[in-house]
Amino acid sequence: MNPKRKQRLFMTSFVLVATALTVSLVFMALEQNMNMFYPPADVAQGKVPLNQTVRAGGMVLEGSVERASDSLAVIFTLTDHQGADFVVTYTGILPDLFREGQGILVEGELNRAGVFEAVEVLAKHDENYMPPELMDMPGAAPATASTEALPGLGERE
Amino acid sequence: MSGSVTASLKQLWHKLGSPRWFYQITRNWVRGFGVMAAVLLLVGCIWGLAFAPPDYQQGNSFRIMYVHVPAAMVSQSLYLGMGVAGFIGLVWRMKLADVAIAATLPLGISLTALALFSGSVWGRPTWGSWWEWDGRTVSTLVMLFLYLGIYALREAIAEADLRARAAALVSLVGTVNIPVIKYSVEWWNTLHQPASFTLTEKPAMPAEMWLPLLVMVLGFYCFAGHNVLSRMRLEILRREANTRWVAELFAAKSVPASITKES
Repeated sequence: MNPKRKQRLFMTSFVLVATALTVSLVFMALEQNMNMFYPPADVAQGKVPLNQTVRAGGMVLEGSVERASDSLAVIFTLTDHQGADFVVTYTGILPDLFREGQGILVEGELNRAGVFEAVEVLAKHDENYMPPELMDMPGAAPATASTEALPGLGERE
Repeated sequence: MSGSVTASLKQLWHKLGSPRWFYQITRNWVRGFGVMAAVLLLVGCIWGLAFAPPDYQQGNSFRIMYVHVPAAMVSQSLYLGMGVAGFIGLVWRMKLADVAIAATLPLGISLTALALFSGSVWGRPTWGSWWEWDGRTVSTLVMLFLYLGIYALREAIAEADLRARAAALVSLVGTVNIPVIKYSVEWWNTLHQPASFTLTEKPAMPAEMWLPLLVMVLGFYCFAGHNVLSRMRLEILRREANTRWVAELFAAKSVPASITKES
């Protein structure tokens, strides 16, 4: 390799490494803000600012969903299945995938009473897909549904 | 033995410097990729859309995956290819590198747009939203803007050498975004689910669901090979229009010489 080309190789690699370094430093600086939502533990421990629009996420606690009989109002609890949970109120149409045990993101404000007043509810599904027939087989469904409590929900390094 | 491999690789490297050699060697590849793409995409579409079972949660809307996943995968691979071409172009000033970047752009733009659009259509029923600003969607949008930016840059610069260097540099620098797209779902809490389908791990679904996906992914890759190679060959002809080998090529096919002289 001739010297000129060697120099270009060096300079080009330098540009690439410098860019990668810059980007990773930016991401490290932004760390917490890059996350899309607060996990239940943060909400329960009061790490979430009150009366500001924020996002929080968790799994819908089994048996916690109460629907009003005369309106679209609904109350449910989001949990990380590790002891932390919080109550959400919402009025409106829920996504198709909303159900007990499902991972859910809510956007809205946390009030002083610790109740999350959601203005938007989003369903988070995991990367596992399965035909409905397999759901009926004992043992097959829970394996994907609950053992690996939705990666990314509830855990945070 | 490794010596002879290195020697032949070196030879290939030098041959790649010749657009003419590339034009001749890829003659049959274009057709091969085209036929394979047609067969795989037809089989994959029918299999995935009509015969694969619906998902237990999402029902039939999960079938959007059969377009969404291959489009996203191939658009990222194409960008990575452009980054490598950019590196080669900057260091070795190989003409073919700029040809490759120019030829990759249109399909890269289309597939990234397709991945974003199909993701949006999929997001509406499953997440409950057309668009969310999470790590995966934003980094993919950045890739679309990088593609569009490089395209605009190449259109804006008239001087060929400068154009090649500018496009190569942006392609190379933008490659930093590819690992961000890939690992966004692992680094941060995102709405987008992690990958179901990777080279290294067992797919997170039964074979009757991932086999058609595999067929579609291979079909998209073959189509990309077909599309990019055709464009590269066309671009080579355009750039080498005044050389003797192109003149001979067209003379042999008894095409009136006026066509080649016009450009």
